[in-house]
Amino acid sequence: MSGLSRSKSPMGALVGVAVMAVGVIAPFFLSRYQIGLATQILIFGMLAMSIDILVGFTGRTSLGHGAIFGASTYVVLYCVTQAGLSPYLAVVLGIATATVLAAVFALLAVRTNGVYFLLLTLALGMIVWGICLRWTQVTGGENGLRGDIRPKALADYKDFYWFILALAALVTFGIRRFVQSPFGLTLRGIRDSDSRMRSLGYNVPLHLFIGFTMSGFFAGVAGAVYAFFNNFVSPSTVALTQSVESLLMAIIGGVGTLYGSFIGASALIALQNLVSSHTERWQSVLGITFTLIMIFAPEGIVGKFRALRAKYASKH
Amino acid sequence: MAEVALTLSGVAVAFGALRAVDGVDLSIPTGQRRAIIGPNGAGKTTLFNAITGVVPPTEGRVVFEGHDITHLPPHKRAALGIARTFQITNLFPSLSVEENMVLALRGLSPQKFSLFGSPDLSTADQDRISRALRLAGLADRSATVVTEMAYGDQRQLEIALALVATPRMLLLDEPAAGLSPTERSIVADVIRGLPKELTVILIEHDMDLALGLVDYVTCLHEGRLLVEALPADIRTDPRVQEVYLGKPHHA
Repeated sequence: MSGLSRSKSPMGALVGVAVMAVGVIAPFFLSRYQIGLATQILIFGMLAMSIDILVGFTGRTSLGHGAIFGASTYVVLYCVTQAGLSPYLAVVLGIATATVLAAVFALLAVRTNGVYFLLLTLALGMIVWGICLRWTQVTGGENGLRGDIRPKALADYKDFYWFILALAALVTFGIRRFVQSPFGLTLRGIRDSDSRMRSLGYNVPLHLFIGFTMSGFFAGVAGAVYAFFNNFVSPSTVALTQSVESLLMAIIGGVGTLYGSFIGASALIALQNLVSSHTERWQSVLGITFTLIMIFAPEGIVGKFRALRAKYASKH
Repeated sequence: MAEVALTLSGVAVAFGALRAVDGVDLSIPTGQRRAIIGPNGAGKTTLFNAITGVVPPTEGRVVFEGHDITHLPPHKRAALGIARTFQITNLFPSLSVEENMVLALRGLSPQKFSLFGSPDLSTADQDRISRALRLAGLADRSATVVTEMAYGDQRQLEIALALVATPRMLLLDEPAAGLSPTERSIVADVIRGLPKELTVILIEHDMDLALGLVDYVTCLHEGRLLVEALPADIRTDPRVQEVYLGKPHHA
């Protein structure tokens, strides 16, 4: 028996099953608008989780993931609306594009660290944004691309929600498996000490390259289905705010917790929608909320919860 | 036994105008225990960095078991069997002792690229890890997270990490730095218990500790090789006394 960070408590499995059950029956109790929000939360939760692979498990903060995500969305919409391809093939091409784009980002960024990594991924994301804005004949410029591209089988909003729910479960399982694998452990080793990793025989840049590319793959999956959800893409999907918002989701939920990404996405998207229907100053409310979370729970909501539970367990 | 593990010829490491290591020739036979001593700033750690590849030499050649490794990056030198510990504790603080050991063990195995494989350990790996932990005096600590360990235990884990992949040459950079006398003797026992065929190079400030552990001593001073002698002769060597204590005043 080895305890390699697999605190596999029966509680955890139970909570997982319960959450999944609630997720499955939720559409019977929610309005169409609310189901749309839930779908959006799941998609951005997947994006935030792909960022958590880097932030939480590798110690590298990326500000380029919005661009990787959005590139996938662009390709899917372009393939279906302009090139007339089937939406399924378009999804494959979208994910492939995001993965290749992430590999290019990774090639340039893996030798940097800390604030340089942050700035380099930010700059690369800006380039993608610039291309989407200016390459009008392909991307539609500021108007973006629009079209009802969702496959017939998923046309109903409830069916689409269930499809995204199943996909989110699959992606969560895949990312969890990835960060706990022997390779995932090497990423955590790099996070803690890359000089020690080198002296133990690890080619640190190669590991970062693979980790970044895998993270981009998952961001591409989220971006591809976002195209089905939104039926529209414009430069704001690949803009810096997209990267920052999804990074915030991962941080609010708790970096290094994976599931926290969905909590963070729920918090941010719910706040955006609820508060904006009551006041025009919703962005200030969001800013204040985020500040409070950083003061009272810098480890994020799930991180705080785990810390409290550990404290409780050690007392009893 | 006459086989040579490591040869340095004319190795120099320059940081701008400062020549931290300045033309060192060194030859260490396989299985020898060698101490490198010298006052602060003598270039001991820089010499280690040149041997392990952290700071590649600006001049000269480094040959390990017949391979010219002068320009190899650290991870390729590790693949040839060179392991090291760090003067300033350099572990994976947020991981458990076992996870630290697993990383050390898999550094040279293709399993490190298993992207979706199970994290569970094979019994063979499990055995190797418990053996290395026992050698380093850390049996039964595998579930402890490094940040929760006492400093002395962390120093022992430093050695365990370097040992578990069964290297051919081990470089110990002040393994007893900052330890209490009791902890020092534990570390000394760990070093004495290392396999006989393992070549060991040791940097240590504590003369009593160092001289009791090694076959031969190299003294560096201002980046240059000053004296090479048997441990018994090194204390009485006037040049060594001079760099440690200063020139005697002649009345």
